[in-house]
Amino acid sequence: MQRRAIFKGRLLPYLLLAPQVAVTVLFFLWPAGRALWQSVHLQDPFGLYSEFVWFENFQAVLSDPNYLGTVQVSVLFSAAVAGLSLSVALLLAALADTKIRGAGLYKSLLIWPYALAPAIAAVLFLFVFNPEIGLLGRAMNGMGLGWDYRLNGGQALLMVVLAASAKQISYNFIFFLAGLQAIPRSVLEAASIDGAGPVRRFFTITFPLLSPTTFFLLVVNVVYAFFETFGTIHALTRGGPGKSTETLIYRVYQDGVVSNDLGGSSAQSVILMVIVIALTAIQFRFIERKVHYA
Amino acid sequence: MATVELRQVTKRYGAVEAIRGIDVAARDGEFLVLLGPSGCGKSTLLRMVAGLESITGGEIAIGGRRVDGLEPKDRDIAMVFQNYALYPHMSVFDNMAYGLKIRGLPKAEIRARVTRTAEMLELAPYLDRRPSQLSGGQRQRVAMGRAVVREPAAFLFDEPLSNLDAKLRTQMRLEIKRLQARLGVTSLYVTHDQVEAMTLADRILVMNQGVAEQIGAPLEIYSRPASLFVAGFIGSPPMNILDARIADDGRGLLLGGGGRIALPGPLAAEAGQPVKLGIRPEHLKPTAGPGGLSLTVELSEALGAETVLYGRLDGGQPAQLRMAGMPAHRPGDVLPVTADPSDLHLFDPRTGRRRPDTEQPGWAERRISAVS
Ligand SMILES: Nc1ncnc2c1ncn2[C@@H]1O[C@H](COP(=O)(O)OP(=O)(O)O)[C@@H](O)[C@H]1O
Ligand SMILES: [Mg+2]
Repeated sequence: MQRRAIFKGRLLPYLLLAPQVAVTVLFFLWPAGRALWQSVHLQDPFGLYSEFVWFENFQAVLSDPNYLGTVQVSVLFSAAVAGLSLSVALLLAALADTKIRGAGLYKSLLIWPYALAPAIAAVLFLFVFNPEIGLLGRAMNGMGLGWDYRLNGGQALLMVVLAASAKQISYNFIFFLAGLQAIPRSVLEAASIDGAGPVRRFFTITFPLLSPTTFFLLVVNVVYAFFETFGTIHALTRGGPGKSTETLIYRVYQDGVVSNDLGGSSAQSVILMVIVIALTAIQFRFIERKVHYA
Repeated sequence: MATVELRQVTKRYGAVEAIRGIDVAARDGEFLVLLGPSGCGKSTLLRMVAGLESITGGEIAIGGRRVDGLEPKDRDIAMVFQNYALYPHMSVFDNMAYGLKIRGLPKAEIRARVTRTAEMLELAPYLDRRPSQLSGGQRQRVAMGRAVVREPAAFLFDEPLSNLDAKLRTQMRLEIKRLQARLGVTSLYVTHDQVEAMTLADRILVMNQGVAEQIGAPLEIYSRPASLFVAGFIGSPPMNILDARIADDGRGLLLGGGGRIALPGPLAAEAGQPVKLGIRPEHLKPTAGPGGLSLTVELSEALGAETVLYGRLDGGQPAQLRMAGMPAHRPGDVLPVTADPSDLHLFDPRTGRRRPDTEQPGWAERRISAVS
């Protein structure tokens, strides 16, 4: 049976839609349009004067060796975040899927971190990793490991990767657990009768059957790492030391807000927009074609 | 090929005793069916033989080797699941080859074995397909193929036909029987369907609430049910179970309301004792002579080849009667009926078991000879 709300007149439905449309226009379409417009103009910092410059901003961005460095950091960062959060989440989900004592509690606890605001999570990480007051930071320095993410770029990158992954692990965990529970128990039992041990069962049966979930999560995680980690990076390292934790999205902020290069920053935004559109398109194509095992 | 022996096997889930001490030995090459109503523990028992479920007590041996401590893969068995449990991401070929690959057989031999099995099961045209591209019957064959190709010591089947439609079920039943006879592999087959059990089994183990009620050849179980449970479970329409008393002369049973039926042997010592009397619907026959029972017809179901009459006997006990052809009996008709003394089954009302005196000569001889 179909349940459908019937409205008299046209006004009410439009009124009901209006808030969502307003939010979309105000926070997505208008800024995107501004970014497009600005990316092909040269403006003075006060916005009093602008000149149409074709693709000069894009040329300037793409020929800047620093920008390529940022691309490298971004790719490394995203790959590390996606890889780490996916593999840890899968491991935890596989454990939670077995019959262990207290599984319910364990599952709830694993979901909590997702509710944490990035800035708060970052502060928690500071308490752990700060070289002087952080628990782990002090311990590492005590062992003579020379831990200071404020000076060492590699350490800084490692820390933002950990912080950015932590939250995503919860999200991935939920999807992996649901995916695992959708695999019929008897299929795994058949495999164990066929002679497969737990490790072989995982790699020849479980993992292939999870591949639609894994692919979906891979795209979601890459998008997350590219576009939604500004808060984490801003709170922990502000892109530093040097430019060692400056990702593409952080650089948009750096160049636009801090350095007032609106044209260059907008050109970078447009490049990011293209990337997210491409990722979404890939996602949709594959979801449509997603194999349904039944 | 091997024997499968269960000795005093028990299974407990917390406070629930799912299997309460089962002893059975399937002979080499035997087709043993585990039959019982849903929830009686058939699957649990089979899964314990497979090693998918641990045992709480007792011993399981396959081919004389104790296996109850071994992993499923070390028991040399193959199992066909109710939902087939095919590997959905693999082709039919890979589904069948999976176990052989794990055992490290050479590629050429794997190919040869899978091809041979596929031909035997008429699956050769579908080897490249995924399970989702097959019909229910074909999937069922693949599940069988995956078991057969491994050449195990024993096959375990858990209701393999219950997901098929009635016609396909009958067809696959025959095929399973043929395949098993041809391969001669010891098989344990779980079902709740008595027709499947009767047609497939060399012997049937009838289970009820985790206990083995009776083990025997299908017709032996049909003609000499060991308990009221078996009597009521095997046969369709089910056996009439009636309350009766042994008559004072010990030569007959009284059913109340003046109904009396003759016994094949005397039971004088127990005059007046209550018994449960079982009579199969086809053994209750209309008679012209006097001194029997009378059935008041309430309902008549004509099926063409046979007719089932539902009614009440003297004293008001409900009974069913099965007759060949299309006799014209209407509701309200009173029919004199009787049963051959040797077709009577007597059970102890307290234990529910068949009375030992019914095993005496004169009680069962005719029935057994009629069967064999
Ligand atoms: N994992 C389990 N935990 C608790 N009880 C179970 C479990 N598996 C089966 N049982 C119980 O054991 C009994 C037998 O189940 P099962 O062997 O599946 O019956 P059948 O296959 O004859 O229908 C049932 O009462 C069922 O509730
Ligand atoms: Mg079952």
